Amino acid sequence: MEAAFADATFPTVIEPDPPAPRQWSRGVPVDVTIEHVVKAFAETPALHDVSLKIEAGELVALLGPSGSGKTTLLRVLAGLEFPTSGRVLFGGEDALGLSVQERHIGFVFQSYALFKSMKVFDNIAFGLTARPARTRPSRAKIRDRVLELLDLVQLTGLENRYPTQLSGGQRQRVALARALAIEPRILLLDEPFGALDAKVRRDLRRWLREIHEQTGHTTVFVTHDQEEAVELADRIVVLNRGKIEQIGSPDEIYDRPASPFVASFIGESSALPVRIEDGRLFLDDRPIEIGATGKDGPRTLVFRPHDVELPGARPGGIAGRIIAERRHGASRRLDVEIGMRRHRIEIDVPANHPRSNKGDRVSVLPTRWWLFDA
Amino acid sequence: MASGTTWTFRKPSIIPGFGLAFGFTLTYLSLIVLIPLAALVLMTASLGWPEFWRIASDPRTLAALRLSFGASLAAAGINAVFGLIVAWVLVRYDFPGRRLLDAFVDLPFALPTAVAGIALTALYAPNGWIGSLLAPLGIKVAYTPAGIVIALIFIGLPFVVRTLQPVMEEIDREVEEAAATLGASRFLTFRRIILPTLLPPLLTGFALALARAVGEYGSVIFIAGNIPFVSEIAPLLIVVRLTEFNYPAATAVATLMLLISFALLLAINLIQAWSRRRFGNV
Ligand SMILES: Nc1ncnc2c1ncn2[C@@H]1O[C@H](COP(=O)(O)OP(=O)(O)OP(=O)(O)O)[C@@H](O)[C@H]1O
Ligand SMILES: [Mg+2]
Repeated sequence: MEAAFADATFPTVIEPDPPAPRQWSRGVPVDVTIEHVVKAFAETPALHDVSLKIEAGELVALLGPSGSGKTTLLRVLAGLEFPTSGRVLFGGEDALGLSVQERHIGFVFQSYALFKSMKVFDNIAFGLTARPARTRPSRAKIRDRVLELLDLVQLTGLENRYPTQLSGGQRQRVALARALAIEPRILLLDEPFGALDAKVRRDLRRWLREIHEQTGHTTVFVTHDQEEAVELADRIVVLNRGKIEQIGSPDEIYDRPASPFVASFIGESSALPVRIEDGRLFLDDRPIEIGATGKDGPRTLVFRPHDVELPGARPGGIAGRIIAERRHGASRRLDVEIGMRRHRIEIDVPANHPRSNKGDRVSVLPTRWWLFDA
Repeated sequence: MASGTTWTFRKPSIIPGFGLAFGFTLTYLSLIVLIPLAALVLMTASLGWPEFWRIASDPRTLAALRLSFGASLAAAGINAVFGLIVAWVLVRYDFPGRRLLDAFVDLPFALPTAVAGIALTALYAPNGWIGSLLAPLGIKVAYTPAGIVIALIFIGLPFVVRTLQPVMEEIDREVEEAAATLGASRFLTFRRIILPTLLPPLLTGFALALARAVGEYGSVIFIAGNIPFVSEIAPLLIVVRLTEFNYPAATAVATLMLLISFALLLAINLIQAWSRRRFGNV
């Protein structure tokens, strides 16, 4: 198996192409620059001044809630949507002047979009057989290439099935093989595992990572699953309402979120409206002694459920009442209601922590936290 | 066909009531379709083989049948091509008056065929609007087979358009976009992705238009001129025989039409089944 893969390392150029104007050599990963891209449907922009640089060979995740513009950004890159303003560069060259066909991009759709009237083999071969006769590889070469790809996506033996005769995960892999067949310069995946169950998702995730390591394509994939993004991507781009909230490695995003939104979207977090007065942090009228300083004014205090301690009677904690308690993975989660305005926060305590009753008073002291301008 | 083989109904479904539904279907079809047709064949059978053969091989009968089926095939073929284009435009493009145009497509269904025939004749007669333009070029449409084909195109168009439209609307845009990202031009995408899915409904539309054209009488007799051996269609020949009180000849021609139609429709159905298996794996 390994040897077969080694032989099949991408990118293999199938045939030396005659020099074609305005075409990059196939398969060579290219970097992508997105500058101030705006895309407006009707009135509300789906993309709002999006700027982003993706290195050649990088695996980037676009993460964001539904409707945040992930698919739209991917479609702009593929040339299926034209931005209202802004620039898109592939390898330093303007891409907006290129048609979809000329961009040479592998796109895997949210719905797979397989050709139902064609067998798996012809689906994967389509990008090659669709080439003009001048640059089309020979039948034998196409066949070799398709079989090689079937091997890569672990579907050997299914080449004569029709897409309707495949499971969801298999269709997904056919869609990927079809996109890889043209040796794209950029691979775009729109929620590649969206419709699959958790176990299959995890398997395919690991497998996609391996394929990326073998093929080395510049890859952008869309997901709204933070776990998937954290596990797979070199860098994560967090989108919210058409704007980039943060770009960074999974560690950076997790440990240094740029906004309360990022903190709540990647990992769990609670937020409290606080203010700084005379260099001290207050929630309503009670001081919180966590050593926060800064200019006077309203802030949002954000912390993760597990980054807290319960100081007991020691003053300076955030005082509240427990309103619910439940098991949460390895620990026990408490829902706590704070102060007059009944803010809710979540905290984790060890599973062996003494059980508490509804209405019990607790004092919570964040050990790791972020303050954002409110 | 019936004896010796075991009867297997296709795919017994989990939905109950198959027996009832099947029985009803059979009874209904028998009453409405099969019994009248059987009566026709029976009438012809009473004619005796030599007499039947004499009528069938009569040059006038042959000419009428040739014209009827030739013109019908031509009209259905032309409708298949242009109906495809009309349906495509109606489904894919948004332009002012699209809904209105869409409604026009059904008019040939609704119009009494005699009205259509008279209107077409008035237009294409040598002194009509279109006829007078064609006359100087030496093209005669009214009172020729060409006129018959035009009338048959008129009445057959809705069948093609209306069978194609729903299937076209179902075509997934992302599939076309996928083809584009893989480097396929619009034309190649149409030919290799879209056309195969449209082939089964296109054949259905063709078959319906053909069947309708073969049986058409009202609109054709006005524009045809009805010259024996030139522009006399088979349905008209039947009426002519009836007015001559020559019932055996009338039924014989009718039976011939029935046989040929059945053969044609069966052939189209077989092609369709094949193309569904080949292309329409949905
Ligand atoms: N063709 C269109 N016409 C009008 N509005 C559109 C169109 N496509 C997308 N939008 C809007 O643009 C916004 C972003 O849509 P997009 O499909 O990019 O979201 P997404 O992040 O991919 O969401 P999801 O996770 O649900 O797929 C949405 O508000 C959507 O309603
Ligand atoms: Mg989407």
